[in-house]
Amino acid sequence: MENSMADKFQQKIDDDIRIEPRDWMPEAYRKTLIRQISQHAHSEIVGMLPEGNWITRAPNLRRKVALLAKVQDEAGHGLYLYSACETLGVSRDELINQLHTGKAKYSSIFNYPTITWADIGTIGWLVDGAAIMNQVPLCRCSYGPYARAMVKVCKEESFHQRQGFEILLTLSKGTEAQRQMLQDSVNRWWWPSMMMFGPNDADSPHSAQSMAWKIKRFSNDELRQRFVDMCVDQAKILNVTLPDPDLKWNEERGHYDYGPIDWDEFWNVVKGNGPCNRDRIETRVNAYEKGAWVREAASAYAEKQASKKAIQVA
Amino acid sequence: MNDWPLWEVFIRSKAGLHHRHVGSLHASDEAMALENARDVYCRRMEGVSIWIVKSEEIVANNPENSEALFDPAENKIYRHPTFYDLPDNLKHM
Ligand SMILES: [Fe+2]
Ligand SMILES: [Fe+2]
Repeated sequence: MENSMADKFQQKIDDDIRIEPRDWMPEAYRKTLIRQISQHAHSEIVGMLPEGNWITRAPNLRRKVALLAKVQDEAGHGLYLYSACETLGVSRDELINQLHTGKAKYSSIFNYPTITWADIGTIGWLVDGAAIMNQVPLCRCSYGPYARAMVKVCKEESFHQRQGFEILLTLSKGTEAQRQMLQDSVNRWWWPSMMMFGPNDADSPHSAQSMAWKIKRFSNDELRQRFVDMCVDQAKILNVTLPDPDLKWNEERGHYDYGPIDWDEFWNVVKGNGPCNRDRIETRVNAYEKGAWVREAASAYAEKQASKKAIQVA
Repeated sequence: MNDWPLWEVFIRSKAGLHHRHVGSLHASDEAMALENARDVYCRRMEGVSIWIVKSEEIVANNPENSEALFDPAENKIYRHPTFYDLPDNLKHM
């Protein structure tokens, strides 16, 4: 019985028929999706923090409204993804609890600090840029609710990347100090952005199964290569150097070669030892706990209104 | 937030079109659900009208029985215009 269900399921995947919440699915497929979608949701929410840091200090009103809108979008992305995740039978409270207790991870890029205004531009260009690379193929993911959420997310992401690039373009045409600020920012964010695609294919044991389930459509290294190829030309427009001495065009491959990634740093940050890990979680927990009275008041109000209605009906 | 009901959100993107399901959210009551639906699903004028429905009040068929449920429609090809044999020189039909 179990076997024939599994065969039928795989057949649907192979035929590109989407899986919907109440359809039968293997437990491992459900678990993989819960892990991936919740990590993704947490990343959107924690990702609001490094950028939120600069809202009050944006250099002018135009930049401030754009940054506010972007950070608000990320909150929306978090909600789309939490909703998609909940269709798999896990509750919102459980998901938030997993984030707050460190049981669930989020993208380690958000454990780096935003120390200059240029970092806001660089995040838009490189971090949102890498996120888009990852997310566009997810619009065709086999799980319906995840794919639909990603379509909405991707529509909004292109504004994020463009607003970031515009910030950098302005700096690149500015004073010497502004150009230096831009270069310094790119120096700090380049490698962490490259790590956003995850470990090299050879060290990514779950990838093959995710590909067979069509959760993933391209390998980590394939996506990373596309990202590099895209960024090299864009960096020229900004007159900025990507901090990789091994970066060079490979005629034979038709791609840019790039230097080795410091995976020790990556795993160190994943394990909780990045510059901002503790601060990020503390901020989230704080916001949740300090917001408790608002949630309680809203519940009390809803109850009161409902009981008033009940009396009127009776 | 667990005790807050889940609401399904339907948006009419412009006059003349059906409302379409766009997603869901948790809210303590209808007013909050509507406001949050506006903030989350209509930030770029995606809608001119919002419906919200408590998820638990939606009645749905069981997907495991969907074969039997939709079976009666499967072999009634005479419900389609192409079922009828007519000469090629017949126009406007
Ligand atoms: Fe996002
Ligand atoms: Fe974004």
